[in-house]
Amino acid sequence: MTTVTARTADQGSPAVTSAIRTEGLRKTYKSSRGDVEAVRGIDLDVPKGEFFGLLGPNGAGKSTTIGMLTTLVQPTGGRAWVAGHDVVKNPVAVKRRIGVVTQNNTLDMQLTVQENLEFRSRFFGLPLAAASKRAVALIDAFGLSDRRKAMADQLSGGQARRLMIARALVHQPDVLFLDEPTAGLDPQTRVNLWDILKVLHDQGQTILLTTHYMEEAEALCDRIAVVDHGKVLAGGTVDELKEQAGAATVVTVRFEEAVPADLAERVGLSERPDVTKVETDGDQLRVFSTEPEGILGDLIGVGAKDGLHVRDATQQKPSLETVFLALTGREYRE
Amino acid sequence: MATTVSTRGDARQPANIGVGGGASDAAVSAAIAALITDAPVPHPTLVKTFAAMMAREFRVLGRNAPSTFIRAVMQPLLFAFVFAYVLPKIGSGFGGAGTGVSFSTILVPGLMGSMFLMQGMFGTTMPLVMEFSWQRTIEDRALAPVPIRVLAIQKITAGAIQAVIGAAIVFPVVYWVHAPGQGPDIDVTNWFLLIVVMIFAATLTASMGLWLGTVIDPRKMQMVFAVILLPLTMLGCVYYPWSALHSIRWLQIVVLINPMVYMTEGLRAALTPTLGHMPLWAILLALVGGTAVFGALAVRTFRHRVVN
Repeated sequence: MTTVTARTADQGSPAVTSAIRTEGLRKTYKSSRGDVEAVRGIDLDVPKGEFFGLLGPNGAGKSTTIGMLTTLVQPTGGRAWVAGHDVVKNPVAVKRRIGVVTQNNTLDMQLTVQENLEFRSRFFGLPLAAASKRAVALIDAFGLSDRRKAMADQLSGGQARRLMIARALVHQPDVLFLDEPTAGLDPQTRVNLWDILKVLHDQGQTILLTTHYMEEAEALCDRIAVVDHGKVLAGGTVDELKEQAGAATVVTVRFEEAVPADLAERVGLSERPDVTKVETDGDQLRVFSTEPEGILGDLIGVGAKDGLHVRDATQQKPSLETVFLALTGREYRE
Repeated sequence: MATTVSTRGDARQPANIGVGGGASDAAVSAAIAALITDAPVPHPTLVKTFAAMMAREFRVLGRNAPSTFIRAVMQPLLFAFVFAYVLPKIGSGFGGAGTGVSFSTILVPGLMGSMFLMQGMFGTTMPLVMEFSWQRTIEDRALAPVPIRVLAIQKITAGAIQAVIGAAIVFPVVYWVHAPGQGPDIDVTNWFLLIVVMIFAATLTASMGLWLGTVIDPRKMQMVFAVILLPLTMLGCVYYPWSALHSIRWLQIVVLINPMVYMTEGLRAALTPTLGHMPLWAILLALVGGTAVFGALAVRTFRHRVVN
């Protein structure tokens, strides 16, 4: 089990210092075809004001984790606190303090843009006049002024996302949860949303973001937990993660034929101090190196002498993608 | 409009926002920042949230009023037209099942019960099925700061109000649409009984609707009409009083499992007390008990469905 620790050493009570804290959080779904362990004991500790990312491929357990933290999924093990409140014992107190942008478009399609914001404000106890004022301010700030009276189902994907973020902010939440907020959006709209999130974070908003986009986590998050198969594989800042994974460039060569077992030896990889790991998998050879110059050429050259034909070859600089590769031994699958 | 992508190194600098319409990006950035710093402090309470949710229901109901009205009025209108106008005119009237009263007198409580079922049950089920579909728009209100069971009760309340409105539409329709001499003979001597029956009939059907909406597979909605709606209506003493079934004793006993029977008989007791009806204690026991059972069941299944 991997613990993603907070920046401060002494956490004390989660009610005081942590915006989000989990201890061995688990979720197993029962089904007629057997139990499915979606989350297998996740420990998180996210201080107030942090932009925290849960990064992992589809099916890694990110959405289930966010579901448990937002009280919409019942944990089957472990504990979790959000804004100091136990998500199982006191879900209403948690809901008062969180804003949630779900992966699906959950806008109220029977209401207009303004009504979506007004009614959400009123759900949180604002009087009608204050709710209307707040809605107008949110609409203006999120660039939806010309869509104020449009029905929610008439919005574009990007507009709907902006409205969902605006709606999540109506009651000044302590923690903002964003579950794949840019999934399915075009690159321009995605970047616009990033900018909005950066402004919110600059104002001290605690944000937990799940994403399967490496570059999104890298661009936005203070710290990241890499999640796969319901477990946290590693956690820290992007630089820390790269350091943990050896900060290696990954050279991958895929041949038409199976890779001979002694190819790496004959290329001299075992004698190079910069090579931290070599993986052979069928027709593919993967080399992790801190100084990769020449490796690709050597592999192709020696392979050609053995009669191997190159299908494709890549050299990836240290990134979250290479971190994931080093942690799991698998290509990152979005 | 230009959009600047901030790199990680300058993430703490105010970002340029590409969403501001005619306003400058800096102004939009400041506006978003102000949303955090100048936000009003909310003070949600259970009552305020419940009231806001009901207000939302009325807003939607008002917006859809024309289509809702047409949907609600068509069934009683056509029934009244055929049974109280066309059939008497062509000499094929039912003649009040041999009681000497007009058939529309028999029909009013039955049609009202039928409207309770249609509006209360399916007015609750159909939106719920949509909300539980793959988009799970139910999460919008599930995140409101109240327990999930309160959301369930709010949905039952909204469905019940819709059912009462739907049933009330029956009165003017049946009064106006009938052949000469075929008008209903309604005599409400106990308004309290009428109100109690209407409240429990509406709440019972809305509870049944909520329960159904949480357990039914959306792909099998067509089956619901054939397997649930038709039997409930056709065997719910809509077109005949329960006492008239005495000559088919087995059927008179079998239909006692149908909640519709108690709604229509309760309405008969309140609207046409001189005609035969089931004992009041049996009617009220079934309506109150049924509401309690289906209400509790619906809240439980709803919560289970919302919180995985």
